Amino acid sequence: MLKALQLEPEKCTGCLQCEMACSYENEGVFNPSKSRIKVFTFHDEGRFAPYTCSQCSEAWCLHACPVEAIVVNEKTGSKDVIEDICVGCKVCTIACPFGTVNYNADSGKVIKCDLCGGEPACAEACPTDAITYVDADHTGLERMRAHAAQTVSKS
Amino acid sequence: MAWQRRILRVNLTDETCVEEPLNMDWAMKYLGQRGLASKYLMEEIDPLVDALSPENKLIMATGPLTGTMASTGGRYSVITKSPLTGAIACSNSGGFIGAEIKQAGWDMIIFEGRAPQPVYLYLENDAAELCSADEIWGKTVWQADEILHTKYQDPLIRIAAVGRAAEQGCLYSAIVNDRHRAAGRSGVGTVMASKQLKAVVVRGTKGVGGVRDPKAFFKATSEGKKVLSDNAVTGEGLPVMGTQVLMNVINEVGAMPTRNMREVQFEGASKISAEAMHEPRESDGEPNLVTNAACFGCTIACGRISTIDPQHYTIQNKPEYIGASGGLEYEAAWALGSDTGIDDLDALTYANFLCNEDGWDPISFGATVAAAMELFELGAITTEHTGGIDMSFGSAEALTKAAELVSAGEGFGIELGMGSKRLCEKYGHPDLSMTVKGQEFPAYDPRGIQGMGLAYATSNRGACHLRGYTVSSEIMGVPVKTDPLSTEGKPELVKAFQDATAAVDSSGLCVFTTFAWTLEDIAPQVAAACEGSWTPESMLAAGERIWNLERQFNLAAGLTRADDTLPKRLLKDAAKTGPAKGMVNRLDEMLPLYYESRGWDVEGVPTAATLSRLDV
Repeated sequence: MLKALQLEPEKCTGCLQCEMACSYENEGVFNPSKSRIKVFTFHDEGRFAPYTCSQCSEAWCLHACPVEAIVVNEKTGSKDVIEDICVGCKVCTIACPFGTVNYNADSGKVIKCDLCGGEPACAEACPTDAITYVDADHTGLERMRAHAAQTVSKS
Repeated sequence: MAWQRRILRVNLTDETCVEEPLNMDWAMKYLGQRGLASKYLMEEIDPLVDALSPENKLIMATGPLTGTMASTGGRYSVITKSPLTGAIACSNSGGFIGAEIKQAGWDMIIFEGRAPQPVYLYLENDAAELCSADEIWGKTVWQADEILHTKYQDPLIRIAAVGRAAEQGCLYSAIVNDRHRAAGRSGVGTVMASKQLKAVVVRGTKGVGGVRDPKAFFKATSEGKKVLSDNAVTGEGLPVMGTQVLMNVINEVGAMPTRNMREVQFEGASKISAEAMHEPRESDGEPNLVTNAACFGCTIACGRISTIDPQHYTIQNKPEYIGASGGLEYEAAWALGSDTGIDDLDALTYANFLCNEDGWDPISFGATVAAAMELFELGAITTEHTGGIDMSFGSAEALTKAAELVSAGEGFGIELGMGSKRLCEKYGHPDLSMTVKGQEFPAYDPRGIQGMGLAYATSNRGACHLRGYTVSSEIMGVPVKTDPLSTEGKPELVKAFQDATAAVDSSGLCVFTTFAWTLEDIAPQVAAACEGSWTPESMLAAGERIWNLERQFNLAAGLTRADDTLPKRLLKDAAKTGPAKGMVNRLDEMLPLYYESRGWDVEGVPTAATLSRLDV
């Protein structure tokens, strides 16, 4: 079963546990500035929203890469950056419509979410289940269930 | 090691920023944050200095777990000599700037001297620079925050700043970070402004690495998070209700200080409670509470994000207060509401917004307004003094006008900004000031919770609930239930809470975790992150060492046994209602036993044997 990250902003409290988990998993330090997932705060609305790569099927970044450094991970379906091949040209960061591929000045390469090879650390760390790793064909299942419950209670 | 091992020393007089190594010998004894910075302060200043002189120093300190994945690991503290109390001040704040300082590669920042012109510190990783504060001096914290964010075009910078209240000398001014988190008590913001330091702007992209044993750290922090989520208080009560979960509980046990602590129960408590914050209001059908929010790394998320009723009188033609911002915590709701007899939730929320906007302590402010209201009732203060404000108990208009005046440092707000001790002395009724060591009481009446009376009287920073929160044991039964109306065992209980809390406050973690965690849960996290041998026992010993160090500072600053007391009202006037009806606080039964259990002499001075045992 192919799985995908499901992000539910209404459950997010803005604690940044996901950013720390991501940066530690990938860089070996607790460092939100090196996280592939970001939590945005909309202060005046009192809202928080985690955001990261949705692993597009026809990935702009992959097609844009001139050296074929971005490849499909057959196991997870993620689009992974092969660091040894990446030349840091940043064309993928321009191609991505969502801004989820970013340049890392320390390494001279780009970084993006690779689903941690199938065990995403952000989902593991999220204390409120705002980030979960679920069946990619049914990311709407819980929302469907919630609305279904409403129709039951109304009838 | 989870320390960065680096201190930034900022000399404001000379306008220099210099790096120096963290004293690791001290870190092994005092851990970090509160303990370690208190050690630096003790070594570097004469405790007798005027708190608002250039000779005082102000330290912003993180703990070893700040900036890590440990739950609540985002705290920092501000340590200095307090202008409100003359004692050592240590104000702890969450939000995000503490972690950002650590991410930038620093354990603490020591500010010394006084800048010739208003400045702010810009800190980006290794680069530290003092910049002219011309654009932001005289502005509110929120305005300064917006101007600086616009200037740097970087949404990820974190900012701590003082508001107009601090610039105008309000003695309980706070340092506000991330718009609505604050190092709130004891006037640490007043000290910052006295140094002509308006703000600290931080961007850290270096991260916190080098955890001693990563595998053990992930295991210990994960287990700790599970304990928090499984606990009724930290897993459910605080996220859903916030600290305001206490309002109805404390009122029922008859420990809700009301109308300047004349009474112990407030008839309007339910209207300003957590439950009331969830109720949809008439005007727009929205509740006061928008959401709960977390500080850096916190898996509890007790923070309140609120809005004010758009129809409320306080915000007509003031669009800047329409959006969501930091809402009422229990202490603020009590001080602004119950202690003044005001049950208007939106007026309290508005006053709370102002306290964040211009940086002042809502506890000290509310209690000072309460004292002013009693003075007004007695006729000692009249509308001539107040500039026409009718300062009657229960008047929301009086509260919100007073808040505006304190924020701006104008009119009667200047007198209210002195705090209740100085106000009551000035108008001839010193006994009406509900303070210890000049600092106003928080929201637990010590007639109904006996241990808190001793905790207030002996707190090293003046009246404070966060130095030894025996409410946990006396009301909530954590870790064991004790009788709130009895003094038996309280000296030892207070000491144990004080020592453990000093250790938690020095680690980078939030004291609210201790509703669920004991040092048995915390020590493994510290031990996995840090060098040294950190066990529950060694942490408790460090806590006791820190407590005695703070005591040493205060004694050297001229405080004595006579300062370890409570206002007469709490010792002589019995509670009128509730379970504690007919009771006063029996401090005299507890204090001598407390000194004894601390290894202090009858004057409250640590004996040579005690200091030697603790290696202070």
